[in-house]
Amino acid sequence: MTAEPDKYDIVIVGAGPAGSITAKTAAALGSDVLMIEKRQAIGDPVRCAEGVSKPQLKEHINPDERWIAAEVKGSRIYAPDGTRVELSEDVSGAEVGYTLERKLFDRALANEAALAGAEVCVKTRATGVIIEDGFVKGITAMHLGEECEIRADIVIGADGVESKIGRWAGIDTTLQPSDLETGAQFLVADIDIDQDFCEFHLGASIAPSGYLWVFPKGNRSANVGLAIGGDVCSRGNRPIDLLRNFVEERYPDGKIIEIVVGGVPTSGPLEEMVTDGLMLVGDAARQSDPLTGGGIINAMDAGSIAGEVAAQAISEGNVSKARLQEYETIWRERHGKRLNRSLAVKNRFVAMTDSDLNKLVHSVEGIDFSTMTLFEMLKVLVRKNPRMLLGLRKLFI
Amino acid sequence: MIGVNRYKCGYCGACVSVCPIGAVELVETWIEIADDCTECGTCAGVCPIGAIEVLK
Repeated sequence: MTAEPDKYDIVIVGAGPAGSITAKTAAALGSDVLMIEKRQAIGDPVRCAEGVSKPQLKEHINPDERWIAAEVKGSRIYAPDGTRVELSEDVSGAEVGYTLERKLFDRALANEAALAGAEVCVKTRATGVIIEDGFVKGITAMHLGEECEIRADIVIGADGVESKIGRWAGIDTTLQPSDLETGAQFLVADIDIDQDFCEFHLGASIAPSGYLWVFPKGNRSANVGLAIGGDVCSRGNRPIDLLRNFVEERYPDGKIIEIVVGGVPTSGPLEEMVTDGLMLVGDAARQSDPLTGGGIINAMDAGSIAGEVAAQAISEGNVSKARLQEYETIWRERHGKRLNRSLAVKNRFVAMTDSDLNKLVHSVEGIDFSTMTLFEMLKVLVRKNPRMLLGLRKLFI
Repeated sequence: MIGVNRYKCGYCGACVSVCPIGAVELVETWIEIADDCTECGTCAGVCPIGAIEVLK
């Protein structure tokens, strides 16, 4: 790429899972695609707990041992008083989840986009959108210190939690602090943990309005992290402080070989994900799950839908909001109901005291969750705690 | 004025997402605050690592 004006069918801003899948899909369908990434290396630094469901991931990509750090069989959820429930989604005890190596995973996805024919340009940061006649017509960018203009019929914002593309095009993506989970994570090495299970710890002193996780990463190591509500984050009680306390107490001999920080949108998806000549995918569209914070699969799914709709819109010569809306409609059909449910449950959970959380977990102690999904467990919780979870029942029918 | 401690910052972009006027930008490994910042301090509030302060 040079400083001369360039013209593409589609320019994608951000080379995370959402951007790369969008780029791969649209390029494979014949569109002329450029994907830019502001960092000099795709995938690094990581801002993710790296846990993902095995069957859901397989819908998008064949698992490759190069970017799978560990496989787990289930999850253990701990109440504030230490009571534990175990959740496993496969009766045979087979692995149900992966801990990814996001640095390599993101790079592999970008490579697939490149192999499909997309151009990729790193160390290139979008600085604005070009709007003409009410349509987004491209972006201004900074590439290796040089300002440039990149014209495109469709701009796709895959620019993550810190997305500006939507804002620049008139879609308000600002998050309220209560709609952001702010987190920190250590990759802790040389610790004794059960590598077969993810752990989730609840409690106001551990992670207020959030949770703490331990995701095995193989070879006696784990991602130990926590996220708390942005509205309850304060001096001395920031994620980094709370995490340090937990790790010092629980893994006094562990060695911290990586520090990760990040924010996860928990607002639920944007009300508008498209406008004339523009689409938003992944965290930029606030598509992460408000309850679990999981965003990879939702983002990849958005990418495959958006890539297909964008390529079709280009070939039809119609990039209007009405045309691009098809992406949003399909995405909402697939994910809307589940994410609304997650948002409702999250809003209830963040208001709970430790004693409420203890009661909830006690109510399902002894129930066999060995073949259940998170959805089924929540359903049981709602049934067992009709008063505490009043009004949620209709969401689980 | 908003002060960002570059030696602490993990450049995660959490602060960018909550700025009501879009005055915060994550460039690559550092945060820039635009001149139209109103010093509301929302960005400082959500920082996971305590790298942002409203300087009086």
